[in-house]
Amino acid sequence: MSKTTLTRRGVLKTGAVAGAGLALPTYLSAAGHEGFTNAPTGSTVTLGFNVPQSGPYADEGADELRAYELAVEHLNGEGDGGMMNTFSSKALQGNGILGKKVEYVTGDTQTKSDAARASAKSMIEKDGAVMITGGSSSGVAVAVQALCQEAGVIFMAGLTHSNDTTGKDKKANGFRHFFNSYMSGAALAPILAANYGNDRKAYHLTADYNWGYTTEEAVKTSTEALGWETVAAVRTPLTQTDFSSYIAPVLQSGADVLVLNHYGGNMVNSLTNAVQFGLRDKLVNGKNFEIIVPLYSRLMARGAGENVKGIFGSTNWHWSLQDEGTKAFVKSFGTKYGFPPSQAAHTCYVQALLYADAVERAGSFNPCAVVEALEGFEFDGMGNGPTLYRAEDHQCFKDVLVVKGKENPTSEFDLLEIVEVTPAAQVTYDASIFGGELGTCNPGA
Amino acid sequence: MLGLDKKDTTLLLIVAVLTMCAPFLLNPFPEGSGMAQFNAGYPDLMQRFVIFGIFAIGFNILFGLTGYLSFGHAAFLGVGSYAAVWMFKLLSMNVLPAIVLAVIMSGLFAMLIGFISLRRSGIYFSILTLAFAQMMFALAYSVLTPITGGETGLQLALSDPRILGASATAEGNIPVPALFGLEMRSSTVWEVGAWKFTFNTGYYFCAVIMLVSFFLAIRIFRSPFGMMLRAIKSNQQRLRYTGLNPKPYTLAAFVISGMYAGLAGALMASMDPLAGAERMFWTASGEVVLMTILGGAGTLIGPVLGAGVIKYMENIVSKINSDILHGWFAFLPDGLEDFVVAIIYPFIGKGWHLTLGLMFMLVVIFLPGGLVEGGQRIARAFRRGKKNEAPKAASTEPAE
Repeated sequence: MSKTTLTRRGVLKTGAVAGAGLALPTYLSAAGHEGFTNAPTGSTVTLGFNVPQSGPYADEGADELRAYELAVEHLNGEGDGGMMNTFSSKALQGNGILGKKVEYVTGDTQTKSDAARASAKSMIEKDGAVMITGGSSSGVAVAVQALCQEAGVIFMAGLTHSNDTTGKDKKANGFRHFFNSYMSGAALAPILAANYGNDRKAYHLTADYNWGYTTEEAVKTSTEALGWETVAAVRTPLTQTDFSSYIAPVLQSGADVLVLNHYGGNMVNSLTNAVQFGLRDKLVNGKNFEIIVPLYSRLMARGAGENVKGIFGSTNWHWSLQDEGTKAFVKSFGTKYGFPPSQAAHTCYVQALLYADAVERAGSFNPCAVVEALEGFEFDGMGNGPTLYRAEDHQCFKDVLVVKGKENPTSEFDLLEIVEVTPAAQVTYDASIFGGELGTCNPGA
Repeated sequence: MLGLDKKDTTLLLIVAVLTMCAPFLLNPFPEGSGMAQFNAGYPDLMQRFVIFGIFAIGFNILFGLTGYLSFGHAAFLGVGSYAAVWMFKLLSMNVLPAIVLAVIMSGLFAMLIGFISLRRSGIYFSILTLAFAQMMFALAYSVLTPITGGETGLQLALSDPRILGASATAEGNIPVPALFGLEMRSSTVWEVGAWKFTFNTGYYFCAVIMLVSFFLAIRIFRSPFGMMLRAIKSNQQRLRYTGLNPKPYTLAAFVISGMYAGLAGALMASMDPLAGAERMFWTASGEVVLMTILGGAGTLIGPVLGAGVIKYMENIVSKINSDILHGWFAFLPDGLEDFVVAIIYPFIGKGWHLTLGLMFMLVVIFLPGGLVEGGQRIARAFRRGKKNEAPKAASTEPAE
């Protein structure tokens, strides 16, 4: 081997063979596709559930997965059918999707963009998933949405609250049912003004990442429009667990309201710290000091325990709603798992059903047909009242719940009470305000 | 051949054959069979194998030869990714300019960080590199959000200029990374009976680059420069007393390995045009240390093996859930089935880290030279059968 000599002819030959070898795949890939990525050919169709199974949002992820399993059961005609009975569209027959039995694969996003993309990719490339859904963080949602756009599959976002998901980073193949920061701000502000007055001074503590920024921005804008003043907005690292050093300056600032733009474990810790510092017993500017948490979830309320009592926030959905859709869903979820679903579970369940319904109505799994079926789709009976999937940004518009930590909870699940259901019209905004371009749907292949 | 001796040529050829035939070798089980679970021959994972192989080869040039344990190498991977994605955004979707800029940028960062960190050695060096990497992670995650995209990661948009290419394709989508029109994501599927083999352009592109990197690494290992690096590892004091200044050598090794990391980062971005800050996190730096030690630090092929093992476990073993386990052991009586599943379950799926940890411990305790030493021992055991005590292999000697 070591004595091999290179001849001009040899090099040329090798080069030609290598070049042909490299070119071959592109030549072949043009032939033999079904028109879109992962077109289901057999008697089954595979969906990919990409949820955080480890990391800070593992609780939400576990609940999302439960909801998906329930949705698959209902789609395949098992169980009691849940929201399929109350859903305004009656296209779903309970025989799978387009007669194909629904199967699923799961992946772990770890709440990291890279890991989430890797697991989504493996579901698309290895398992042949025709739709990816789930996730509990906006960063992940935006990253996976972009991947699905490239790969030519549909992405139905899970819990993601940042404006960017259907704003600056919106994609034609991606859809979001969950509400966003802007809607939280618009729904909360009037309630806050009514309860706390129009001349408040607010101090923001904001988780130092994308979602925190958009939430801070939304709450700031909508409260300032009602006459509030923003004293300061301080960024806190996402990994922070002790917020005492951030709470102490709040009192000296002359502010009389503290807004915690935190989610998950961050919010549990910052709220606990704030209450321990006795902020809520203070009188500033002759008014009671108040705390606000723009995005609430039941799982967070449980973590913060006693401290959430009387604190205002907003949420996408709550199991104690009394409409038919909610009742049906809570009943079938409760029967299967023994406790009520969280808002993360609700949005994921609804997304799975909405996708299946869109395929059924379009008569095809082709992403472009699905996009067409979902754009401008109006539906009801899914727990949030009449809802519109807006065509311009693929964002759902529906009522937003303003909630308050319950003073006398009756169980560990009954922690929030609904203060007001803000009608969809009040939280609707112009699709162009966040920039970004939807592009066109990509069927891949 | 190519300035290598016979042994190294054989090694290079083996690696070349393995990488070129990977779509077959990694998909040994027919589609639809129960064992298809263990198939690893899909493009994303194959790309990861070779990309992390490059990362580990580069890390090994620093750690394996000089013994300097950098605990912040993922920072250069991140720099490479960000540089590559910016090239995609601003210049064109061709991967070559992206890779070139990524390697240059990571080289510059390595120069700066190396110059400061290499003032100390041993544990202090490790901590300094770790501190720099964490600083860069924190910056990328929040302060530098306009440049890095923060938590969401840096991604392409339809409105990017791409002055040498098109901002959008005719269909109105973002163009995909390509090498002169050869799209990285295009693949060909070859179905033979029940088997399905996927040949992906991006994979072969990465594999060729990996072979070139591997070849370069061999040349570095065998060069006088490589010898100097080994001298630094064995006794830096002695080297100083002989009147040589080791610093330029260590800095050169640091920069080279940083550039390897940048190359790996650029390839990651070329395969999947998004750069997230998490790939700079300290756990990512720790991962490459694990890969190198697991495979065999200071050996040529070791880091590549280590990268393969870890990525395989991360992507395949972590996918096995309890349903699949129940399926495997369904032939056992009910009580026994649940018992066996309960025993195995903590080690698979989400618990794959536990298996990896155990494996790592066993390797470090019983095979200090990594998997390569395991292979050598097996080979020696076979050879002993034929003739007594073959002379010890001189070329692929594990680290001390």
